Amino acid sequence: MTSFLLNGVAVSPVSPEDTPLLWVVRDELGLKGTKFGCGIGECGACTVHVNGRAQRSCITPVGAVAGASITTIEGLDPAGQHPLQKAWIAAQAPQCGYCQSGQIMQAATLLKDFPDPSPADISAVMGGNLCRCMAYVRIRAAILLAATFSRQAAAHE
Amino acid sequence: MNEIAPRKNLSRSKLSRRGFLVAAAGGAVMFGFLKPEAALATATPSAVFEPTIWYSIDTDGIVTVSIAKAEMGQHVGTALARIVADELETDWSKVRLDYVDSDPKWGVMVTGGSWSVNHSFLLLSEAGAAGRIALIEAGAKLLHTDPANCSAQNGAVISEGRRITYGDIVARAPPTRAFTDDELSTLPIKTVGDRRLIGHDTRALDIPDKTDGKAVYGIDAELPGMVFARPKIPPTRNGSKVISIDDSAAKAVPGYLSSLALDDPSDTVPGWVMVLATSYPAAIRAADLVTVNWAPGPTAGVSERDIQNHAVALIAAPGGALLVDDPGLHAAFSNAASTLERTYTTSSVLHFQLEPLNALAVETGGVFEIHTGNQWQSLILPVLATALGVGQDKIVLRSYLLGGGFGRRLNGDYTVPAALAAKASKKPVKMICTRADDARFDSIRSPSVQTLRMAFDAGGRVTAMAHSACAGWPTLVMAPAAMPKAPNGVAYDPFAIAGADHWYDVGAQRVRAVTNDLANTTFRPGWLRSVGPGWTNWALESFIDEAAHHAGADPVAFRAAMLNGQGRNAGTAPNAIGGALRQANVVKLAAAQAGWGRKMPADTGLGIATSFGQERDMPTWVACVAQVAVNRQTGLVTLQKLTLVVDAGTIIHPDGALAQVQGAALWGVSMALHEGTEIAAGQVADTNLDTYTPLRMGDVPELVISFVNSTEFPTGLGEPATTVVGPAIGNAIFAATGARLRHLPIRPTDILAALAPPS
Repeated sequence: MTSFLLNGVAVSPVSPEDTPLLWVVRDELGLKGTKFGCGIGECGACTVHVNGRAQRSCITPVGAVAGASITTIEGLDPAGQHPLQKAWIAAQAPQCGYCQSGQIMQAATLLKDFPDPSPADISAVMGGNLCRCMAYVRIRAAILLAATFSRQAAAHE
Repeated sequence: MNEIAPRKNLSRSKLSRRGFLVAAAGGAVMFGFLKPEAALATATPSAVFEPTIWYSIDTDGIVTVSIAKAEMGQHVGTALARIVADELETDWSKVRLDYVDSDPKWGVMVTGGSWSVNHSFLLLSEAGAAGRIALIEAGAKLLHTDPANCSAQNGAVISEGRRITYGDIVARAPPTRAFTDDELSTLPIKTVGDRRLIGHDTRALDIPDKTDGKAVYGIDAELPGMVFARPKIPPTRNGSKVISIDDSAAKAVPGYLSSLALDDPSDTVPGWVMVLATSYPAAIRAADLVTVNWAPGPTAGVSERDIQNHAVALIAAPGGALLVDDPGLHAAFSNAASTLERTYTTSSVLHFQLEPLNALAVETGGVFEIHTGNQWQSLILPVLATALGVGQDKIVLRSYLLGGGFGRRLNGDYTVPAALAAKASKKPVKMICTRADDARFDSIRSPSVQTLRMAFDAGGRVTAMAHSACAGWPTLVMAPAAMPKAPNGVAYDPFAIAGADHWYDVGAQRVRAVTNDLANTTFRPGWLRSVGPGWTNWALESFIDEAAHHAGADPVAFRAAMLNGQGRNAGTAPNAIGGALRQANVVKLAAAQAGWGRKMPADTGLGIATSFGQERDMPTWVACVAQVAVNRQTGLVTLQKLTLVVDAGTIIHPDGALAQVQGAALWGVSMALHEGTEIAAGQVADTNLDTYTPLRMGDVPELVISFVNSTEFPTGLGEPATTVVGPAIGNAIFAATGARLRHLPIRPTDILAALAPPS
């Protein structure tokens, strides 16, 4: 049994400690927004936050996150109104949508590190997230838009 | 160009004898087409007419549109609902989508070929118009006036300042009305200027749930008591037999249940073993530890080189389907002042849709339910019936969002092992392929070999052209009954040769399709985004470029001159009005927008290519100019910019259309420069992202995309922009460096080899 916080709630799943966090979150804890794509950490569809930073849950054993705080797409914003989520809709970024939870979680870390990201920053940080529909133009636009939203929100605070 | 073509010019074959019914049912009104055999004048609606329901309106005025197409990123539900809603004059904010499960009432269920909007446009327009008229009549009664004094607007019937909403009409006096086919065909369909939704932008209805984790894909389906399964994929796609299974090591994995050799009467998954466990990670781990001893099928040693050498021999030998076989071809080549012959090849390509193949199957009371995303329910249902030994009426495919289709899920073979395992184990079975399983089980885009010849007169004018294409044929393997016969009597896969039957005026023409039997048996050839034109247009548009240079002509002018709209290239109603002249138009527009003819920096060049999309009877006209810079030392290509112009007739959902062209063009980039695999020892060599490397964000070029403002009949958008990109890049590399590439994908080593001086 491993205990950790999932979207702010204490959980103690019973899956063996070497079980990938991805399957614990999806199948034992029932949050399906995090997706299985490649299983080797190369597509980014399974990206969640471990203590606030993007990590590939398909290659993270659940035992390794004992005591950690895990955030999934369902917990990024209680109302689904994170600046990235609003920007994703405004830019009409998703096509099939399967990679988008991971894209958004990765982008959240990107904007934390680079609140005003350059094109090269975006390419570098998002390069590990495959979009097979090739919605890259809009994902990039949505990230820039979200950065704008965040800066506006900060200015109003 | 004119407004929508008069409907008398449209093919009504698909719609004939389809009267329309408006009927009250349980607090809502349903609007549906009648079954052809239904007699309109007799009996009560619900008992006899059994309407196939396309939309309903409830007492709140909520319009729920039935979507019988797979939602896989193209926002098809939004586009189809916009067509209905515009004619219905409904309030768009009250439109909902219902992605329906398989049922014979929907007719042929298939989502592919970029067909959805084109095939649905007239049907749904008439459905919307019929509903509007029925509501106006019912509303007029409630307003105590004549229907002639009423109009419909934004979800209400209006007459002389009075107004009653659709919801109120349904609540107070629901309309009941039947329309004959003749009536339907003369209903007042909106003129272009009256449209409120078609051609106007909106947000896709499927997008919000794709930003917060709520969207439900096939892989997310669950049932109480289900067990998980991972397959052991046999060494060959066909003909493998299980000799023995050793699961002694797997028994140490907590949660491991059993290993099941499938008995498959449909021969869809010969030699498959399903490893069952109580969780998917346990199934993954156990499957790694299960050892299966197979007698492999005869293709266990086949390589990509074998398949391609076989294709070369097949092309050199007589045989094949002659789709076009003009008299005078031989004479034109005999009398030619010069001729040009070139051979082009393409490698195997994986679909690599990001959601790995999966299906959840359960038998309940003699009925099998299959929960999965699928693009061609009508193709796999009879296969499932054979596999399970039950009638098709005992099988239902439940619909889910698709985490990518790209044609992989046209072939529903992945439903069969889940269904067989559920039948054998008497439990709900959820099969998920790992990524490597998915790749090894992929219905890949076949490698191809094509030889093209052209004859020129003394003035450099083209007098004849012959195009032979050899590849694996998906339709032969999976839907042979759907293959047409060429004039020479040979049946062929239209999707494996489309594109070679181009719209250029080349004098005497021959188009020859040859199936590669070694490909067909080594793997199951798939339909992959754009299918045949993925290879035919690579060859055609590279060759046309070579021909232009051979003739000393500018590649844009050379193309435009041959796209003259003469003879068989004049175009026909409804889809191809204008014919080749519309293709010439996009070629000229793209060239102008890209600054064709300007002086370029060293080792930088522009290349053009064009396409008519998928099939001649539903052309989407596309042209693309690629701008590349080539590093002569490394052979690396930097794709700087793509300029695309698209004429797809009427555009229903402009932003969705743009997204489709963006995605299709970048697929073209990826298949030209980034991805590709090969067959090695009977299987694909690359099975995951460690070695299979689709385009990533950092390599996306600048994209400049525009649509021709057209009111012609809508065609399709999911695929056409895919196939112009590869040849445009190849032609640009030639313009930049003089290196001519004749193989896809284009690798730096190929460029270095092409740049090397002849030894």
